Amino acid sequence: MQQIFESPAIGKMSPMAKILAYTLLGVWSFFVLFPIYWVVITSFKDATAVNQGPFYIPFIDFQPTLEAWRVQFTEDPYCTVSAIGRQLWLLVYNSAVFVVSPVVGLNPMEPQICKVYLAFTNSFVISIFSTGLCVLVGSMAAYALARMNYAPRFGNIMVFVLLLIGVIVATTYLGVPWWASSSAGLAIFFFLLRALRGYFKMSLRNNDILFWIISQRILPPIVVVIPIYVMFQAVGMLDTHLAIILLYSVANMPIVVWLMYDFFRNLPIELEESAQLDGATRLGIFWEIVLPLTRPGLAATTLLTLVLCWNEYLFAVFLATVKVQTMPIMVSAKNTGEKGILWWEMSAIISVMIIPVIIMAILLTRFISKGVLLGAVKG
Amino acid sequence: MSSYTKSRQPANISAGVTQRNRLGEWVDRHSGTFFIAPCATLILIFAIFPTVYSIFFAVSRVRFTGDGLKFRYVGLRNFKKLFFGSSEVQFLGRTDPVSIFGYAIFIIIAVAVLVWLWRSGKYTTWVGMIGRTISAAMAIFLSWLLCASLLSGNAIGTLYTTLFYVIIGCTIQFVIGTGLAFLCSQPIYGKNFFRVVFFIPLMITPLGVGYAMRMLADVTKGPFEPLLAFLGLSDWIWSTDAWSARFVMMVGDSWQWIPFIFICMLAALENIPGDHVEAAQVDGASSPQIFREIIWPQVLPVAATVLLIRMIEAFKIVDLPNIMTGGGPGTATESMTLQSMFVWRANDMGSSAAIAYTLLILTVVVCASFFNYVVLGQVKRAGA
Repeated sequence: MQQIFESPAIGKMSPMAKILAYTLLGVWSFFVLFPIYWVVITSFKDATAVNQGPFYIPFIDFQPTLEAWRVQFTEDPYCTVSAIGRQLWLLVYNSAVFVVSPVVGLNPMEPQICKVYLAFTNSFVISIFSTGLCVLVGSMAAYALARMNYAPRFGNIMVFVLLLIGVIVATTYLGVPWWASSSAGLAIFFFLLRALRGYFKMSLRNNDILFWIISQRILPPIVVVIPIYVMFQAVGMLDTHLAIILLYSVANMPIVVWLMYDFFRNLPIELEESAQLDGATRLGIFWEIVLPLTRPGLAATTLLTLVLCWNEYLFAVFLATVKVQTMPIMVSAKNTGEKGILWWEMSAIISVMIIPVIIMAILLTRFISKGVLLGAVKG
Repeated sequence: MSSYTKSRQPANISAGVTQRNRLGEWVDRHSGTFFIAPCATLILIFAIFPTVYSIFFAVSRVRFTGDGLKFRYVGLRNFKKLFFGSSEVQFLGRTDPVSIFGYAIFIIIAVAVLVWLWRSGKYTTWVGMIGRTISAAMAIFLSWLLCASLLSGNAIGTLYTTLFYVIIGCTIQFVIGTGLAFLCSQPIYGKNFFRVVFFIPLMITPLGVGYAMRMLADVTKGPFEPLLAFLGLSDWIWSTDAWSARFVMMVGDSWQWIPFIFICMLAALENIPGDHVEAAQVDGASSPQIFREIIWPQVLPVAATVLLIRMIEAFKIVDLPNIMTGGGPGTATESMTLQSMFVWRANDMGSSAAIAYTLLILTVVVCASFFNYVVLGQVKRAGA
């Protein structure tokens, strides 16, 4: 241990320290990898191989079988790839039907897909869309906070918040359609903005806004989930994809803003300044210059958000019950069977759930080892 | 940057302004609003508004009826039930016979906290004083609860189970994670391999972790069954004893979260300029000295921040206890979030919101105290 902290430039580690270091690293690798290995090999066991005590190595201890995978993923007649394709088309079609529903009356499609594939499709669609929304909205806000001198007046904020509360209450309790209430709210907001201009002098600084956004991460989700359940119930959005997508993107917004703020702040400002001199708009600068420059950071943030959305549990328990059941909920619903947990089938599903995440984790380490995600922690 | 105005634009652009351009210019002038407003609005609707609305649940009896919810105002009765009523034992733990030992420890802690508060009055503003008073009140309440339940030999409730997950979990994870980061920052072969492997558990679905741990910890079919039999523990069932169940939970939680500490601390360690260390070595400093005097002070701000982030997430723990034990034995492994979820399932929305609100207050006070007294102090010291 004596020389373990020395750098190679001066001295080499002593053999004892080396042996100790590699033993510790080896033990920890085993501790990390063994549970994953166990889940994967359990999925290739049959009932007897699981119930008769531990067997460790396939082909030597026990004969591996694909039975669990077959039962879970191909037995049901609706468990086919085309069912996933149909489900994806159904989502597009039904959204279109929903949009045109005030004008044209069309019948939405009924789902024809088995539970596992449904959950997989839902998780996939929800993760992609909420990550997209979250990264777009979050990085826009982060860019403005990093680069613009945005000083909203207290009065304007207060008017906005009061009107927002009015809009929410009108929509959820008085049954006003959301588009009517929100456009009325916006109109009143601009009217009051004109009327009240110049009355309030105090304004917020960028750092206050940034701190406010990041500190939202402290909020335990259980505090907000019950009111949100009631709100979504009132507007009839319970158990819809849109509700979950919105919710997930808000839950991850603080992380995205925090990480992206750091990337934007560390960009050289000269490029943007010269673009401004050439008459480019802010949006143009953001879209065509700043975003491409932060591509590694953007990719890392996107990956992280994807994983967080894929893994989310608590919101889904309350709000994604039947039609939008995600993978974690589907798995935990399998917990309650009269035969107890069928570990081999459970392991097969868990393997499917964690394989994409492991791939993303490996991709993410590539960015992390390049030092992409570290600045935020330092700041 | 703020002085981006028309005067900096070439003159020929503003010469022939069409209607479309004027709209574009107006949007551009207010681009700050257009960039921040979507994010702020989403947070206001889905985080701030529900948080405020949650108060109405916490002070009411809520019933589902045919046409929506019926609120009946009951004041603080939901909180009273948690702290003094029928849920007290489950929530706070058994606090009935307080031992002499418990009293003694409590008095020592309380005096220490009050002295700290009294002394800090000399160098803070009155705003800081209010914050410190809140922190001190929370510290005294928590230490009383600790002395009355655990240190007097009584069972602890969900509040202290949550704190156990936070304090013990974060400590274990921080120590092991930092140790691994030190190992990996050394010149060793296969650095990238270890880095990838050690990082993976963080990304795995907590639910999957819960099931995997449950399989591994199975005393009759799990992989460690021969080991347990060898140690003569084959009759031992961890899930029936409160403390062993909590510790098994901690193993699962640590498996998942040590990578987070590891990856952040590794980054901090690799950011230390090598010439500092080399200069010290040339001057003949020993390895422990270098570690204590050069490496540790430089990573301390990052360590404090990382610990804060980990703490914030640790307060939200729910999936692991729910999957591994379902909160059992009894309610021994229930975290506050899980308790709130179970109460909600039993259709008692008011109590559920009251538990959630208590968790919010606890989290905010503990994390804000940690941020103000530890993280900011370290960051300032590093900056000076």
